[in-house]
Amino acid sequence: MSPVYLDYNATTPLDPAVRLAMQPYGEGLWGNPSSVHQVGQAARAALDTCRYRLASLWHARPSEVVFTSGGTEANNLAVLGTARFLRAAGRGRHLITSPIEHHAVLHAFQYLARHEGFEVTYLPVDERGRVAVSDVAAALRPDTGLVSVMTANNEVGTVQPVAEIGALCRERKVLFHTDAVQAFGKLPFQGMHQFQADLVSVCAHKFYGPKGAGALYIRSPLQPHPTQMGGGHENERRAGTENLAAIAGLVAAFERFVPEPVFPAERLLNLSQELARAAAALPGVTLRGDPGNRLPNTVAFTVTDTDSIALMAGLDLAGVCASSGSACSAGSIEPSHVLQAMHVPAAEANALVRFSLGRETTEAEIAHTVRVLPEVIQRLRRPATRR
Amino acid sequence: MPPIYLDHHATTPVAPRVFEAMRPYFTEIFGNPASLGHSFGWQAQEAVQTARNQVAALLGASPAEILFTSGATEANNLALKGIVSVSRSRRPHLITLATEHKSLLDPLEGLRRAGAQVTVLPVESDGLVNLDRLAEAITDSTVLISVMAANNEIGVLQPIEAIGRLARARGVVFHTDFAQAATLVPLDLGSTNIDLLTLSGHKMYGPKGVGALYVRHTRLGEGLGAQIEGGGQERGLRAGTLNVPGIVGLGEACALARSLMTEDRIRLSQLRNQLKDALVAEFPDLRINGSWEHRLPNNLNVSFPHVDGELLMAGMKDIAVSGGSACNSASGHPSHVLTALQIEASLARATLRFGLGRSNTEADIARAIAQVFRTVRRLRSPAAGAGN
Repeated sequence: MSPVYLDYNATTPLDPAVRLAMQPYGEGLWGNPSSVHQVGQAARAALDTCRYRLASLWHARPSEVVFTSGGTEANNLAVLGTARFLRAAGRGRHLITSPIEHHAVLHAFQYLARHEGFEVTYLPVDERGRVAVSDVAAALRPDTGLVSVMTANNEVGTVQPVAEIGALCRERKVLFHTDAVQAFGKLPFQGMHQFQADLVSVCAHKFYGPKGAGALYIRSPLQPHPTQMGGGHENERRAGTENLAAIAGLVAAFERFVPEPVFPAERLLNLSQELARAAAALPGVTLRGDPGNRLPNTVAFTVTDTDSIALMAGLDLAGVCASSGSACSAGSIEPSHVLQAMHVPAAEANALVRFSLGRETTEAEIAHTVRVLPEVIQRLRRPATRR
Repeated sequence: MPPIYLDHHATTPVAPRVFEAMRPYFTEIFGNPASLGHSFGWQAQEAVQTARNQVAALLGASPAEILFTSGATEANNLALKGIVSVSRSRRPHLITLATEHKSLLDPLEGLRRAGAQVTVLPVESDGLVNLDRLAEAITDSTVLISVMAANNEIGVLQPIEAIGRLARARGVVFHTDFAQAATLVPLDLGSTNIDLLTLSGHKMYGPKGVGALYVRHTRLGEGLGAQIEGGGQERGLRAGTLNVPGIVGLGEACALARSLMTEDRIRLSQLRNQLKDALVAEFPDLRINGSWEHRLPNNLNVSFPHVDGELLMAGMKDIAVSGGSACNSASGHPSHVLTALQIEASLARATLRFGLGRSNTEADIARAIAQVFRTVRRLRSPAAGAGN
């Protein structure tokens, strides 16, 4: 049996149809959209078409679409760019976020606090990883400029009440950003208005699009300061020659896989529940996340008396590709910052298993995983005295 | 008949071999290289490592010194802001040339507004740096000199070895934007004093959306501050899931550049010289912009006196050329590079930049010559003047 890939929150394969949509840009339509000659103008027209198509899917204006190199850059632009805009406009030095954000958001806030004189409040989350709207309301101050809360967590899959948080922020005239990278293709999408946000981050390789492509929705007329300068690309908001093939791939993937989620919710919910039941029955295992508000494809649990490196290696030997949390910190021995914020003891926060399922996941693969899981976990757990 | 593409400084097509190398990394070997817990991640990581080796081999660097970015603009931004953000000086000083690319001048302007000191040196009339002036500009608070290896408009090659020696002697970090030079200028970083160097995938027959920054680690181990924060990829210097197919493409483009460089240099300079000789013979008052001796073998940049710039560009129906950098070609302003050479605005507007590339043939050059002859003669004829 080929390995069972249960790490779709880390990345997804490029869909063959998306790849086909990208093909002309590698071969014929390779011009630089900023060149005035025919070759460049053909590329410019294609770029404009991409922007219009995406804007129409978003129910947004074309000028509200900024293409980036990925989710991390989109998040950086949203947080750093907006904070710097607020400072220049004299509109507050207080920022609010949650402690369970992806590092692409969290480290940007930490940077602003450490180097640029901003004050950052980190919202509490409950033991299921949920942010309470009332806590956001309590944290707002007259000098609050920006709130950022992710739509769905990448490690434990908890879905946040972003529309309510967004509505609150809008009422209080505070800008709201949501990192929705894990939500696209997994949760229903009607349009950017559903987030009630001023800024929304998108990352193509999480929904069967290409790596190296992301986007940021910026609600008009907000104009964050650019984080990357040089040439007036993307309405002066993001310099650099546009990666047209990747942009075309992002739009094609969004068109096919986002409005109608590419992750089949009902099937994946059933399969992931099967995994959750099997795991929960094992000694030392605790399910993490919010069973009532979670991504249908994500199951996370911790194991006592072992650590994530052993767990990952054990699962891999048994033919299962899982993750110990975010791919970006996989392999690091740091306990998960998400679990720590959920008040999971450090020893267990360091032994997280995340299964994230995808369109290609089969019943046979889940059956295999359920079969090998007890032995792997049993073998790797050691009495506390030996640690 | 499609136009003949003579604008390889703006962008290049992806080489078929590069495209083939990238192919498996979209749908089959699609893992996230940061997924260290399973084989999908390992395979992707291996591909990234191979690409890192290929880039390093082209430059004579060690693989650990290569950092992947989303392109040259990001690499240039990182080089400048990364040095300033870790500088202990309260008002760090940076030096560059007036003819640099916008992806360097714009972030420098941003840094200046944020409190840094910036010296933008003029160039000589041939576009070259004046080394004495550069030496005089260095102060105690100078942290960085950035001078591009090859100019994207006029193709002049700056003396990067001499600048490197000067910078090293004065304890200043030296960055060079190597985007235009990568396929045509041999380099062995081990024997130079270049500390930071920018590459761009799509300027060297690789894909768009990928670039690299070389960071000399013996000098800059801790000396560069990250500009994209997140998951700690690229040794903490550049966060974000690695664009594996793009990186594989950049690696292959570097390997290809290594094997084709000698051939490209010889063949493209012959074609370029044919073009120049024909134009000079027909239009003796033609102005060649930038040093002829110190120039990329594939570049020709010429201005036509007594010709309307807008009509000149509009007349180039059979060939895709540019008046200057693609990034500001739509703006209608005369190029800042030509302005720095003190060419008056109306002449600067009547400029054609030819950037030859691997696919160009003698027949292409013949067609380009015919096109320029036709258009310039027409625009200079008394009838055209009367029409104005």
